[in-house]
Amino acid sequence: MAFIDVCSVSKTFTTDRAARHVLDDVTLSVDQGEFVSIVGFMGCGKSTLLSIVAGLLPPDEGEVRFGGELVRGVRPKTAMVFQNYSLLPWLTALENVQLAVASASPKWPRERQADQARRYLGKVGLGNASHRRPIQLSGGMQQRVAIARALATEPDVLFLDDPFGALDALTRANLQQELAQLCSAEERPVTTIMITNSVDEALLLSDRIVPMTHGPRATLGRPAAVAIPKPRTRALLMHDEDAMRSRAHVVESLTASVRRPRRAHLEPQPVDDIGLSGVPSRSEA
Amino acid sequence: MPTSARDIGRLFLPLSGVVLIGVIWFAASQSVPDLPSPIKTWNESKSYVLQPFDKRGEMDQGIGRLAYYSLVRVSKGFLLGIALATPLGLLLGMSPTLHRMLDPVIQILRPISPLAWLPLGLVVFRKSEPAALFAIAVCSMWPTVINSAAGVRAIPHDYWNVATVLRLSRFTTFTTIVLPATLPYIFTGYRLSLGIAWLVIVASEMLTGTPGIGGFLWQEYNSLIYAHILLAIITIGLIGFGLDRLMGLAESRLRAA
Repeated sequence: MAFIDVCSVSKTFTTDRAARHVLDDVTLSVDQGEFVSIVGFMGCGKSTLLSIVAGLLPPDEGEVRFGGELVRGVRPKTAMVFQNYSLLPWLTALENVQLAVASASPKWPRERQADQARRYLGKVGLGNASHRRPIQLSGGMQQRVAIARALATEPDVLFLDDPFGALDALTRANLQQELAQLCSAEERPVTTIMITNSVDEALLLSDRIVPMTHGPRATLGRPAAVAIPKPRTRALLMHDEDAMRSRAHVVESLTASVRRPRRAHLEPQPVDDIGLSGVPSRSEA
Repeated sequence: MPTSARDIGRLFLPLSGVVLIGVIWFAASQSVPDLPSPIKTWNESKSYVLQPFDKRGEMDQGIGRLAYYSLVRVSKGFLLGIALATPLGLLLGMSPTLHRMLDPVIQILRPISPLAWLPLGLVVFRKSEPAALFAIAVCSMWPTVINSAAGVRAIPHDYWNVATVLRLSRFTTFTTIVLPATLPYIFTGYRLSLGIAWLVIVASEMLTGTPGIGGFLWQEYNSLIYAHILLAIITIGLIGFGLDRLMGLAESRLRAA
C-alpha cells in the first residue's frame, strides 16, 4: 500500500449564485520518500487538491489516507510551503522559524528550539539575516525562510504549493537547485508533493510528474516517471534524452487536456505508472 | 532664506481659516445682542486662561483645572469602555455565530445619545459620577467593538492557513497572529472611541452639574456670563483636537511597526 492515498476526491465550491465543480474524481498514490509533482495550468484546481491532501480543506467526496489512516485536519509531522511565503510580518526570520519548531517540538527547551531554527536558516543561507523582518527581505529570501520553517520541523511529509511561483526567473532557478539539494541531504525520507506550472521545475525535482487536466472538473492525467538519478542539474536536463522524453510526455498530456472535448474528462483515466515507454501519440489529442 | 510657496501655504492657509472664523464671529456679535465679540470674550476670560490652575470656588476655577477634572473623568470612562469593547470586538470577529447574534443589538445601541444613557445611569447607580462614567463607557465603546471585529475578519486567509499547518494552539494563534494582525484596527477604534468619550463628557457634566469643563459651561450660561460659554467651547475644541492628534500619533507608530 502506498504511503499517501488519495481516493476519488471531488470538490465543489458553492457560492450564493453558482457552484464551481473544481475537482472531479481525483485519485493519486504516493510512496514513502517519493517526490511527486502535479503540473497544470493556473487555476485548474491544483492548489485545492493540495489543500485537501494536506487537510486544510475537507473533500466533498472521496478520502485521503496517510499510511492507511484517514485524514481529518492537518496531521502532525507535515509541513507546507505556500506560494506567497506566508511569513508573519511582525516576527523576525528567526522567530518565524522558531514558531514552527516550538509548535512541532513543544517539549524541547527554548534554547534548543532556537538552535534548530538557526541551523535551518543557516542551511538556506540566511544565517546572517535571522533578525530581519520579512519586509526587509527580498522575495527569494522570504521564500528561503519559508522553506527553512517547513524543514526545521523535521517533517516526513512536505507539501509545496507552487513554492517558486512568485519569484523572478533567476531566483527561481537558484532556489529550485537549492531545494533539490536540501531534499536529498535530509537524513530521513521526506515524502513530497509539489504543485507547479513549470514542467522543467517538476523535472528537476520529482520522481514522478502527474499532469492535471484543465478545470473545471479537473482530474489527473497519466503520470510520467522521471528515471534520472538525483540530484539533477539544469544543464543535465537540457541534454538528457530521458528528461526530454518525460518533458514531451507531460507537455503533450497538458495540451491534450485542453483540446480534448469536455466529456472525456468524465471518463475514468488510467493512473497506472507507465514510466517512459513511449510518448503518447498525437492521435490521442 | 528662500521660503517655498508650499511652506507659506502650510502655515498661512490654516491661519487664514482661523481668522476667517474670527471675522464671522465678530460680524455675528454685532447683530446678535447677547453674543459677545471675540475681544469681549478674551477680556472676560483672561483671568481663567492666564491663571489656569486657580481655585476660587467649586465652579469658579481656572480653565486648566476644569479641563483636568474633565480629562480624568473621560480617561476613566474611556478605559472602562475599551476594556469591555476590545475583548467583545475580538470575540465578535472570531465567531460568526456570535456576530450574527449580537450585530443587530449593537446597531441598535450604537446610535443612542449620551443624553439618553445618563438618566438610566443615574437610576441604576444613584450617584452622578458613576452615572457619567457609565454614559461615557457605553457611548464610546462601539467604534472599538466594530473596528476590532473588522480587524479580525480582515486577517488574510494565508495567516489562518499558517496557524493550521503549524498546528498552533488556540492561545498561540491568538497571541502570535490574531492580536498583532488586529492591533492597527484596534487603535483606529480607540481613536474614534476617545473622540466620542470627549463628546459625551460635556453632555454628562452639564446634566449632572459636576465640576469640569462641561459643568462650567452650563453654570456660566445660568449665570448669564455668555463670554465664558465661548471660552468653554473653544477649550473643548482644542482639547479634543489634541487628544485626536495624540491617538493619531500612537496609531501611525503602530502601522509603521
